[in-house]
Amino acid sequence: MATIAGAPPKVRPWNDPFWRGLAYQVALAVVVGVLIVGAILNARANMQARGIPTGFGFWDDPARFDINQTLIPYSATSPNSRVFWVGLLNTLVVAGVGLVFATMLGFALGVARLSRNWLIAKIATVYIEAVRNVPLLVQLLFWYNAVLKPLPNPRQSIALFDLAFLNNRGLFLPAPVPKEGFVALPLALGLGVALAAAFAWWARLRQRETGAQAPVGAVSAALIVGLPVAAHILAGAPLAFDMPQLKGFNFAGGFRLTPELVALTVGLVTYTAAFIAEIVRAGVMSVPKGQHEAAAALGLRAAPIRKLVTMPQAMRVIIPPLINQYLNLTKNSTLAVAIGYPDLFNVFAGTVLNNTGAAVQIMFMTMGVYLAFSLATSAIMNAYNARMALKER
Amino acid sequence: MTKRAALAAFAALGLSVSSAAAGPTIDAVKKRGQLVCGVNPGVAGFGLPDDKGQYTGFDVDFCRAIAAAVFNDPTKVRYVALSAKDRFTALQSGEIDVLSRNTTWTQSREVGQGFLFGAVTYYDGQGFMVRKKLNVGSALELSGASVCVQQGTTTELNLADYFRSHDMKYEPVVFATADEGIKSYDTGRCDAFTSDMSQLYAERTKLGQPDDHVILPEVISKEPLGPVVRQGDDQWFNLVKWTHYAMVTAEELGVTQKNVDDKLKAPNPETKRLLGTEGNFGEGLGLTADWAYRIVKHVGNYGEIFEKNLGEGSRLKIKRGINALWTKNGLQYAPPIR
Repeated sequence: MATIAGAPPKVRPWNDPFWRGLAYQVALAVVVGVLIVGAILNARANMQARGIPTGFGFWDDPARFDINQTLIPYSATSPNSRVFWVGLLNTLVVAGVGLVFATMLGFALGVARLSRNWLIAKIATVYIEAVRNVPLLVQLLFWYNAVLKPLPNPRQSIALFDLAFLNNRGLFLPAPVPKEGFVALPLALGLGVALAAAFAWWARLRQRETGAQAPVGAVSAALIVGLPVAAHILAGAPLAFDMPQLKGFNFAGGFRLTPELVALTVGLVTYTAAFIAEIVRAGVMSVPKGQHEAAAALGLRAAPIRKLVTMPQAMRVIIPPLINQYLNLTKNSTLAVAIGYPDLFNVFAGTVLNNTGAAVQIMFMTMGVYLAFSLATSAIMNAYNARMALKER
Repeated sequence: MTKRAALAAFAALGLSVSSAAAGPTIDAVKKRGQLVCGVNPGVAGFGLPDDKGQYTGFDVDFCRAIAAAVFNDPTKVRYVALSAKDRFTALQSGEIDVLSRNTTWTQSREVGQGFLFGAVTYYDGQGFMVRKKLNVGSALELSGASVCVQQGTTTELNLADYFRSHDMKYEPVVFATADEGIKSYDTGRCDAFTSDMSQLYAERTKLGQPDDHVILPEVISKEPLGPVVRQGDDQWFNLVKWTHYAMVTAEELGVTQKNVDDKLKAPNPETKRLLGTEGNFGEGLGLTADWAYRIVKHVGNYGEIFEKNLGEGSRLKIKRGINALWTKNGLQYAPPIR
């Protein structure tokens, strides 16, 4: 048997690493697939044998119970699908508000802990160490049971200038009611924002050419707040306020934040902020000392150093762990169930599950929603991270 | 590994799982040497651990009665404390053998969720509790009130129905356990607390100042409470059902925990059949002939259990009312043992 020199020796497929690897991969995929399909069929058969509902028929059945915080119209005659959306929005409210405030408080605390002012630094340290090391569930129960519930009853509310009322039923605020000519206000606001942006752009150009600085912050604030106020006066006060008033058992009218919402939001914000503060501190400390010293040697003051030199570099270290904290906050919002806040997990995976018995379907849907939340959050933050990352050229 | 082998392996797994699930519960209970009973984590009179950590109460005594019938020993029970929200999942998944946790018998729970209710051990109805100083005399004056309620109960659904049908507004404040609900009511988060009447009496004892609270006269629903089992095991279903009927029959025949040994010699044929001195009515249930004797001997008859846990012998002092025997203008009625 003569072989041609230089040509690779002929290898049987079962001895070829490529084909062998492929065969193992396919076999593994088949086994995993069979296990998944088998699990679904098995669960289905067992559920049917026990008379547990297997389909999605419950989705359109009436829910028959009430919820005390609904952002979209809802009544006891609405279908279970409506409960899903009500719960979803309630979860989004807590998660959204929580993310914003936790970020602000967290950055403030992180910078405060690094402050050269001894008192501020120590207060931040004590806060962070205390809050970070107490379980979140305990903190939520503390806020709800020890802080909000002992508030006075509606008839003895704590009133703030007769505008806002705080009692054990929640915080009652005046609710804006648009009247005729209201359209002028959003227009004025839009114009204010546009003018402020234009001014900032002009100021930047001018600073680049002449070095002269303009009071961008003050002018922007005046434009954004001043224009709508002026429009409000000129258009004949098209925005009225519905004042909360004591009526029967409770306050009627106005805008209300339930104690459950407040407790959950405050609990999540204070807890997550402590972790964010540590991330911010780590980020700031990761910037070499020389950067700060060089900026100071150029004559920059503390605020511009932080804004232009330290923070942009610190952000590269801060963002990846910050994403984790955002995901944690959203997932932790399911602890709402402990204090009776009607989030998705509480009303949908709790009450609807109990009323319909469709445990498997509802749990999978709920898990899917939280998975989607988390993946969406991390996709957005990853995109932001890519923008902030060090560009290597 | 081939696909067929995997399928075969999986089919075997599936078979073993389903056979374990469909097997007679009584055999599993005997083999385990213990009954697993789902009970209330804390409602005075129905299911509540005492100062020694022993569960006591009306629903707990029902678990003890089953254990007495099966093992001749009422202590062979493992209690699983379940919230209203978790109770059905625990039963569905086979974590417990029987649920004895003031659960309301409804059509959808049997037809839609695959359960069977053994019997009505307590006829109840939903009511409201409010503070006396609110000067509310009727539930119809509760428009605009905040109402504390337990999640995943018929109570929560009846509440919605009642306020809707009377065109009144309210704010439901929903908690996973009755305990959190009553605590929130006590601190003033709610104007009213709603639950089954029996539970209102029980929960009122937990309040800081029980006398400051009044239970409104309206009963807004029917709440037949009873033990629940999974569908698909008729023998076990019968055992649970007849455990209750044996206790009711014993009361009807005047057989008590004290005199049950004397009654063994009683000439009354009904008593003889109940106590197993004539015929063997326990056999079909997977039990011995003296199954009902064991129940009465160890736990007592229906009236005794009621008085001990809920009536004059307890702090709750609930009257028998519609839970009296049918011979005394009540609804408790047992089919004959023959």
